[in-house]
Amino acid sequence: SWEKLPLDLSRYCTLFARYLKMNFSCCRLCVVTLAETHPILQEGRTIKSINYQISNGCSRLKNKVSGKSKRGAQFVTDFAPLCRITCSDETEYTIYSCIRGRLLEVNENILETPNLLIEKPSTEGYIAVILPKFEESKSITEHLLTREEFEGVVSKRSVSQPSS
Amino acid sequence: MLPLKEKDKPIVKKLLSAGCCARCVLRFCCVSVQAAYRQAHQVPFCCFLFISNVSSLKKSTSKPPCKRAKPDPTETDGSESGSAALVCVVCLGILQDLCGPAQAKKIAETVKAENYQFDTLVLSVSLPAQLCVREHSCWLHVKKEVREKGLVLDKDDVIQVKEAFKWIIQGLVTKELVGVAVVGKVGRIKTLKAQPLFTFKSKSFLFTLAAAYQLCLLCFFHFSRHYPCPPLEASSGCTPQDIQCLHVSVFIAGRYNKFCRSLPQTPWVIDGERRMESSVEELIAAPILSAFRADGFNFSSSGREDVDVRTLGNGEFLLLYWMVLLTQVIYTTINDSSEKVKVRDLQIVTREAMSRMKEGEEEKTKSYTALVWTQKAIEKEDIAFIDDIKVSPKTPLRVLHRRALAIRQRVIHSMNARFVDPHHFYLGLKTQAGTYIKEFVHGDFGRTKPNLCQLLKTDTDILELDVESVDVDWPPPIPE
Repeated sequence: SWEKLPLDLSRYCTLFARYLKMNFSCCRLCVVTLAETHPILQEGRTIKSINYQISNGCSRLKNKVSGKSKRGAQFVTDFAPLCRITCSDETEYTIYSCIRGRLLEVNENILETPNLLIEKPSTEGYIAVILPKFEESKSITEHLLTREEFEGVVSKRSVSQPSS
Repeated sequence: MLPLKEKDKPIVKKLLSAGCCARCVLRFCCVSVQAAYRQAHQVPFCCFLFISNVSSLKKSTSKPPCKRAKPDPTETDGSESGSAALVCVVCLGILQDLCGPAQAKKIAETVKAENYQFDTLVLSVSLPAQLCVREHSCWLHVKKEVREKGLVLDKDDVIQVKEAFKWIIQGLVTKELVGVAVVGKVGRIKTLKAQPLFTFKSKSFLFTLAAAYQLCLLCFFHFSRHYPCPPLEASSGCTPQDIQCLHVSVFIAGRYNKFCRSLPQTPWVIDGERRMESSVEELIAAPILSAFRADGFNFSSSGREDVDVRTLGNGEFLLLYWMVLLTQVIYTTINDSSEKVKVRDLQIVTREAMSRMKEGEEEKTKSYTALVWTQKAIEKEDIAFIDDIKVSPKTPLRVLHRRALAIRQRVIHSMNARFVDPHHFYLGLKTQAGTYIKEFVHGDFGRTKPNLCQLLKTDTDILELDVESVDVDWPPPIPE
């Protein structure tokens, strides 16, 4: 039987926040994806549309990043909305960043193919890539939960609310 | 006599009264006859004679009216400007008593002590920053007179202190080091050369080199607000600080193989702690460093592979350049001391090789073998592939923290597959340099398009990766 190599730099360490699964690469980049417990996935909804225009003045699609130091990237805080998802039954969900950092990119593939979010939430259906500040890269994960902690919380949680 | 003309008189007069030594006077008169600078005690005397129009060279009789009396011609250490402590305001003594036989002897002794084998010597001089400020000040002082002497003359025609110093001392050093040619410039590097570096220092630390350069760009009006014209008297001259012998860089090219899956390219140290043992760089350079007296090295390779990738076949090519005196290259030292890395085709090349190597980086093709895992069970027919796929990957997340976000199109020239079992197969690829193979296989969150997951319609992952060959003809192979 083949084993994955013990050291593989492209692998991710996953931590959880609310209904999101945060995948941290060893170079501190974070890929935000939906956790399996998100209502959209749990309750088998279908997605009508995804909107990156989170306010009148701000669209995540207008995020233009240039150069190695990622100039021009929108800075997001824990409570910054990344996108709004509208399901076919008109329920709306807002996905929040949950960590602080520079927004490097949002997944434009899910605009065209919203199904990706449901079929491949952990890979092709990712939502955004965020780069935390170098100085904060350790502290930023303090409020996030490991898989064990997360599963502990989930099992205690009562029936979910409509908005995340 | 000195090659000075009537037109030089105003310049000579102005400089002597400002406190310049005789050789600096010659410099500002743009005298490029090297021999003129070498006559130690005769130079100042002739200058005085020149301006006082006395044609006779009789040493014993009348003293010239100038305050700076001629020196006693029996003094042999070349110290000029009469009253003992009068240091030239421009060269701070470097062209006065610091370029005589005594200094030459010191240089020769230092070189001999280091025990090199060499044919040619290049002398380099390092001067304190304030000298260029003094030079500029003096230039502004006599600019008008120099231009009147010859309309085309400018600051560039003034002989530099370093040049004059070398003209004077080179001959003296040659005499001390019998059989060695001391040259001003380095030509093509055929044999190895040693380079003594003669450093001067002065007491004043007023100027950093950067500030000095800025000052020297100013016109009289602005310059004189910061520093007087002509330059101030100096209480003490320069002292020679150091004589260092440096080796000329040697460039060595070759090819290397990496047989180990847990070896990084360069030492992997985070927060002072070493995370992985050794590195390609250390394994190749270290045996050579200990065999020869190398001061340092730079390891440059045409491509870097990850820690967990092996480089097989002819190998990746490398360029090692370092300051070392090389008498012979030893292959066995490297190839026998480690199973992880092997080198071949090591040869001495020129500096131009650097650009040659970097050129090849974009155009070359590389061949890989990857061990791929698939989630869905596959059959042999599923892995028959098409050639010449153009991949448009976004910058892989793996490197995004240190590279710009962009899409760099790359070509995969051909692929072939070897079935292993329903969930594994070996994928051979021949791609353009710079193609991220791992991301092509697992898709990198769908950011690399097209990718193997899409082509096979299943989740895939990469378990192992080997570089089979790097298809470039350089450096030329050396028969064993």
